[in-house]
Amino acid sequence: MAQVSLDSVRKIYPNGAEAVTPSSFHIEDGEFVVLVGPSGCGKSTLLRMIAGLEDITEGTLSIGERIVNDVDPADRDIAMVFQNYALYPHMSVRKNIAYGLKNRKTPNDVIAAKVAEASAMLNLDDYLDRKPSQLSGGQRQRVAMGRAIVRDPALFLFDEPLSNLDAKLRNQMRIEIKALQRRLGVTSIYVTHDQVEAMTMADRIIVLNGGRIEQIGTPSEIYHNPASTFVASFMGAPPMNLVAGELSDGILSFAGLDVPMTVDHRGPVTLGLRPEDLFIDAKGPIAMEVDLVEELGAHRLLHGRVDGQQLTVHLAKEITAKSGPLRLSCDPSHLCLFHPDTGKRMDARHKGALQAPLNTTVESDA
Amino acid sequence: MKRAGFSTKWLPILLLLPQLLIIAIFFYWPALHAVTSSFYLQDPFGFGQTFVGLENYTHLAASVEYLKVAKFTVLFTVLVTFFSLALALLFAVKADKVLRGAKTYRTLLMWVYAVAPPVAGFIGLLMFNQTWGPLSELFKFFGWDFTLGVNYFDTAFAMTVVSVWKQVPVNFIFFLSGLQSIPRSVREAALLDNRSGTRRFWDITFPLLAPTGFFLLITNITYSLFETFGVIDTINKGEPGNNPMTLVYKVFVDGFRGNDLGGSSAQSVILMILVLALTVFQFRLIERRIHYT
Ligand SMILES: Nc1ncnc2c1ncn2[C@@H]1O[C@H](COP(=O)(O)OP(=O)(O)OP(=O)(O)O)[C@@H](O)[C@H]1O
Ligand SMILES: [Mg+2]
Repeated sequence: MAQVSLDSVRKIYPNGAEAVTPSSFHIEDGEFVVLVGPSGCGKSTLLRMIAGLEDITEGTLSIGERIVNDVDPADRDIAMVFQNYALYPHMSVRKNIAYGLKNRKTPNDVIAAKVAEASAMLNLDDYLDRKPSQLSGGQRQRVAMGRAIVRDPALFLFDEPLSNLDAKLRNQMRIEIKALQRRLGVTSIYVTHDQVEAMTMADRIIVLNGGRIEQIGTPSEIYHNPASTFVASFMGAPPMNLVAGELSDGILSFAGLDVPMTVDHRGPVTLGLRPEDLFIDAKGPIAMEVDLVEELGAHRLLHGRVDGQQLTVHLAKEITAKSGPLRLSCDPSHLCLFHPDTGKRMDARHKGALQAPLNTTVESDA
Repeated sequence: MKRAGFSTKWLPILLLLPQLLIIAIFFYWPALHAVTSSFYLQDPFGFGQTFVGLENYTHLAASVEYLKVAKFTVLFTVLVTFFSLALALLFAVKADKVLRGAKTYRTLLMWVYAVAPPVAGFIGLLMFNQTWGPLSELFKFFGWDFTLGVNYFDTAFAMTVVSVWKQVPVNFIFFLSGLQSIPRSVREAALLDNRSGTRRFWDITFPLLAPTGFFLLITNITYSLFETFGVIDTINKGEPGNNPMTLVYKVFVDGFRGNDLGGSSAQSVILMILVLALTVFQFRLIERRIHYT
């Protein structure tokens, strides 16, 4: 088990593409960190640099107390689970799991014991003598996990390990992986583009965009205090509503809504409203034209327009609504303000906020 | 869904007929003919034949010369197959490191395969020419007086080298595409599991290349036994004398130069049995043990 530190780690591929701009972060011992971001944002590149499968162009990487920039992947004391599992097709499940141990000169009886333990933990006992091609996707996934855990590594790396599974299995494996990690207490870095996985599994989330770190924070921080419009629109399903508003004399106005704010900014701003902070109120200030009611069983989503801008409202299941005009009110305590051009978060603490001070980690960029 | 089919069974037979005819005329009929004439002694001047039963075969079994040729053939086949495969694998592994997907290089490395066997033999003759061949000169530099076509060993050496040289490119291409079809992530997983590159090669890469390797093993044995005819013929210039030759070449020499059609037919039949055995071996023994993904 170990801490992981990246200090201005950068990646430029031989073709000149800068896949990761200089990035720094620190991961505590036993922490479960999720790297999330859209396709092509450099998640895999970052993970593969940590694994040693890709050279680090600049910066230093340390695992535990050691700087490992030039350490062979096999000597970094890490285990990785790949998206397509990368099992050895010609070896039985047992041999797949044992292979990494055999090469580390582990005595045979210890290997047997560890394989037995891992297979019991992962319900693989009935499949130990099968070849990977004779397993289902979920079982292969488990073998890949088994191969990682028998090694007792200092660090687990996961590159979208669940993306080849169907939705039901994905939910189940998500919980299993998280529980396993809790039990083993191994520091883990998990790459995904699925924001639900990120929110549910992470101790901390690192949001990447175009090779840059947009924000680092706990799932709740990321959700409630996004550092940019990018994070706001990427995390959460449905994402945060982003609408154009106006600030003047400390008053934020948007579609009939007036909220006093403590921001020294005048002029247009981007206003972020979570769909669940809006609610139906016959005397509310916001007039919405509902185009579509999306029925989701546990709740409903209203999609419509306010002042010509798209807005989504989350309704609890006991509240019904129809298409057509409607009046809304809003809980201003979670409201976020972003710079209209850069999309960066502005100091969004508003008057009368009941919550603890928002957003200490994010620099205001007003 | 409706299956496409023929309404009568005569149409498909009619469509297959040309192919069947070609196979019958050019493969089965000569094979049958070889089997029958192997039981006869042919008059060298074409005046009839006498039935002699298995005499052609017993004669071969007792022939010192035939055994010598058979031994040479086995050794030649083993050497050509081994070196063609080993060199090609070595080159493919090296090339795979630098040219993932660079097709132009692959084509360039492939060109030797397009050289016809007699031409390859001829180029070999030039290279090994006793007075001015660059390879002979090189050997002379190291004190080896190389005499192609005179010294048995030297001639055998040249035949082997030219045959290997001719076969390496095609093996190389197969090995290279075999290597490139191994998923990148599997190699990377091995990279994390094992620090030694050599061990990784023998534990992961080599077994995953086994289907390709096995296919090449069979084709290379066939190549060494049969398709080296052109190379050997060019080097021996049709008159082997004291020079080494393979069983296939001996069929030709005895049948067409020595006019011993009966003995030559018996030799063909033995080769046919050899090919049959090889095929059975391919499908029964090894294929079952090799992992196909
Ligand atoms: N070997 C390479 N050579 C050049 N550019 C590369 C290479 N590998 C990746 N890239 C580029 O680097 C950027 C980041 O790629 P990366 O694979 O890290 O993305 P990702 O976030 O993992 O995406 P995904 O979610 O689709 O897996 C991409 O723009 C990609 O085109
Ligand atoms: Mg990726």
